[in-house]
Amino acid sequence: MIELNELTKTYGKEKKVAVDRVSFSVSRGELFGLIGPDGAGKTSIFRILTTLLLPDGGTAAVDGHDIVKDYRAIRNTVGYMPGKFSLYQDLTVRENLNFFATVFGTTIEENYDLIKDIYVQIERFSDRRAGKLSGGMKQKLALCCALIHKPTVLFLDEPTTGVDPVSRREFWDMLKRLKEQAITILVSTPYMDEATRCDRIALIQAGQILAIDTPGNITASYGDTLLAVKASNMHILLKALSAYSGTLNSYAFGEYAHVALRNNQSEALEQWLLDAGIEGLQIRSAQVTVEDVFIKLLGNRATV
Amino acid sequence: MEKVNPTNANGTSLNPEKETVIEARELTKRFGDFIATNAITLDVYRGEIFGFLGANGAGKTTAMRMLCGLSVPTSGTAIIAGYDVYRQRELIKKHIGYMSQKFSLYDDLTVRENIQFFGGIYGLTNAQIKDKSQELIARLGLEKEAARLVGTLPLGWKQKLAFSVAILHDPRIVFLDEPTGGVDPVTRRQFWDLIYTAADNGVTVFVTTHYMDEAEYCNRISIMVDGRIEALDEPQRLKEQFSAESMEEVFYTLARGARRSD
Amino acid sequence: MKRFATFLRKEFAHVLRDRKTLLILFGMPIVQILIFGFALTNEVTNARIVIVDQSNDPMTRKIIDRLEASRYFDIGETVSDPALIEPSFRSGKTKLVVVFPSGFEQRLAHENTAQVQVLADASDPNTATTLTNYVSFVLQDFQQELSLTTAVPYNIRPEVRMLYNPQLKGVHNFVPGVMALVLMLVCVMMTAVSIVREKEMGTMEILLVSPFQPLMVMVSKAVPYLLLSIINVITILLLSVFVLHLPVNGSVPLLMAESILFIITCLTIGIFISVKTDSQQVAMLISLMGMMLPTILFSGFMFPVENMPIPLQVISNIVPAKWYYIIVKAVMIKGLGFQDIWKETLILACITLFMMVMSLKNFKIRLT
Repeated sequence: MIELNELTKTYGKEKKVAVDRVSFSVSRGELFGLIGPDGAGKTSIFRILTTLLLPDGGTAAVDGHDIVKDYRAIRNTVGYMPGKFSLYQDLTVRENLNFFATVFGTTIEENYDLIKDIYVQIERFSDRRAGKLSGGMKQKLALCCALIHKPTVLFLDEPTTGVDPVSRREFWDMLKRLKEQAITILVSTPYMDEATRCDRIALIQAGQILAIDTPGNITASYGDTLLAVKASNMHILLKALSAYSGTLNSYAFGEYAHVALRNNQSEALEQWLLDAGIEGLQIRSAQVTVEDVFIKLLGNRATV
Repeated sequence: MEKVNPTNANGTSLNPEKETVIEARELTKRFGDFIATNAITLDVYRGEIFGFLGANGAGKTTAMRMLCGLSVPTSGTAIIAGYDVYRQRELIKKHIGYMSQKFSLYDDLTVRENIQFFGGIYGLTNAQIKDKSQELIARLGLEKEAARLVGTLPLGWKQKLAFSVAILHDPRIVFLDEPTGGVDPVTRRQFWDLIYTAADNGVTVFVTTHYMDEAEYCNRISIMVDGRIEALDEPQRLKEQFSAESMEEVFYTLARGARRSD
Repeated sequence: MKRFATFLRKEFAHVLRDRKTLLILFGMPIVQILIFGFALTNEVTNARIVIVDQSNDPMTRKIIDRLEASRYFDIGETVSDPALIEPSFRSGKTKLVVVFPSGFEQRLAHENTAQVQVLADASDPNTATTLTNYVSFVLQDFQQELSLTTAVPYNIRPEVRMLYNPQLKGVHNFVPGVMALVLMLVCVMMTAVSIVREKEMGTMEILLVSPFQPLMVMVSKAVPYLLLSIINVITILLLSVFVLHLPVNGSVPLLMAESILFIITCLTIGIFISVKTDSQQVAMLISLMGMMLPTILFSGFMFPVENMPIPLQVISNIVPAKWYYIIVKAVMIKGLGFQDIWKETLILACITLFMMVMSLKNFKIRLT
């Protein structure tokens, strides 16, 4: 459905590489997540796929149409939600929806079933101007507007950024239901915890793909022993962990600190920490998450 | 994480009697009929890392603006860094630092120029600015970037620089408004290293965030819903109270019933 | 004080690093001063006049020579048929006609007095006054010279008639000029900003990734302002007629039609600016500073275009306001019909078409 082959994009005179020979493909009906922080190249990739930017190298196709030669066909059929929910602030919810329906040659009624689940959540605001909606509501409206013409492919660029966790969760529930309608969805997000809600994900940083697979396979391939350590004082604990010789990597992870060990010697670590005077120590094996994998893959790369 | 009694890196207590740097009682802000912040009461202690959570529209931003001395409350009292929020707002501003995601530094000034500018604004002498500037640049490893325009820096470095500039004048309290949005996981943790170090040095950190794991890094957190503080305690105790496995669940339980959103 | 210095340093950095705005800040005043300096002159020179000499005797020929020699006048043609007077005014090329009645020299010799008719196009009262004054001056000078050689002084009386605007009301000149200026500013500025705003807001991205055609985007932006501007024109006309007592000697429908054409011309210019710029600030700067002064200068309602250096006169031809000003004066003040202004109308239409084509061609279908 979506195919990228060695896609490359550079900016400016210094030819700063924003997208570095990226290749992956998304199957029909798949919910695919592009996971990476700001500046990783997610938005550039989205803009290239939606034909808004020309790549400097490589090729890509959406639903069989080449992004350079058949851009019209792509523009006529895909749904796109760019970052920061751009909608018409002066128009009401209903007017926005009507506008985008008409632009695509359809009406709200024609595809109402598709957006019904989402629309009912904002229906009572249908006469309110889009500019006066909350972040979560705007997000839902933007999604409706992108869906109203029953696209075959949906491109959502960071739809949950800046929105509180509750709205984020609701949004992903909506995406799950959309998948059931056989719409192919490509989503980008900086939030690692959202990765598990996708069928497959690609981890991206500094224009390069670090890994592509199902979330399960990615976490399963972690390799090293990962432990979750808890102590009364996180800061002291972290300092101690980084001082330990067997540590490959250690970092805070919510309530616990995660430490990747060179070998599977958790008892040795425990003893060492106790000797170092760490209080309230608890060690158990950690459940590897996408974030852990991401951190490992970033490795000693200069953090940008 | 640390107990309610703040301790420094060695584990000894900083202040047997907890010194409060923020003291708010029934602090309220109305806009006409709309009550944005509804009688919030909280204490924040010196050297604490305090997480200020809430959904969008819950009233967090309004509350923070009052605590920073940027807006006048409608009713209630608040003492920030020892100064009254009604009568001594200018003094409050002098003794706090602030950093938000939307604005932190000037993109078209260099790293050094930004430090110089904010140093000047905070009233530091030229000698002080020079010293601190060198120390800051060395600490962040920005020697090669010191003459670059901030706008050309990657986001992670910008955030770390912004935080360092916000505490350039050694304020009592630093307010951070979603400082780590969109940054990669490694940089985020490096940022929190900076926060920890600052807290160790006695700076109180008041931070809002949407990352629930960051809520765990705080000594105590509060969760605002519909303008009120619905929970205020250590993360561990809150999880016990709500029988939740994670802070996200706690948040979800509380915020789900919210009527207001923005 | 030190704080202030800190702020100053920062503000200087901001200003000096913004290349584009700097260019406009320094460049525009220089350009405008130069243009102003060259263009600003109320003096009328080489005005095209027509002589109707029904006597064709040595005396008239001498006076005509004098007029010819004067730097103020450029004699277009000397005819003998008074019926040619009106057409020459209609074309707008002639500002003044001097009519010598038949038997001029004889009258002067026998009666010591003779009349010269001076007809001026007073739709531009300032120029008309100036020119008739020049003519009177020449006549007076000539008359004095003649009188030196005779006992009884000669009296050559100029009989001045101000055509189209006998009372020399400035408003006849002023209102059409203001109409052109106001319509130009409003239309250009509003549309200039509207497309750029979509680009800045981000909604343009969504529009691009849709079946929506660029032409539709541009037209849909222009239409609301077209309707609003028509209302504007009606308001201005009503005010001019009923409050300022301006006459409308020509056909009102024609005036409205030409005004609509001019509005469309300005809208397309605005759209073109919109297509080429990426920030609302720059769009506004260009439409305000960039369009206002040329319109005021080159439309001709404040300073006669004919007296500007040739390069500036050439530039004035691409300023739509100049042609609209001529059209409005022709229809409103002179009461002329379409057959007299078809050329100007055609020029406006061509400018419009050109702008539309350029806008379409330059409309970026991709982000850069």
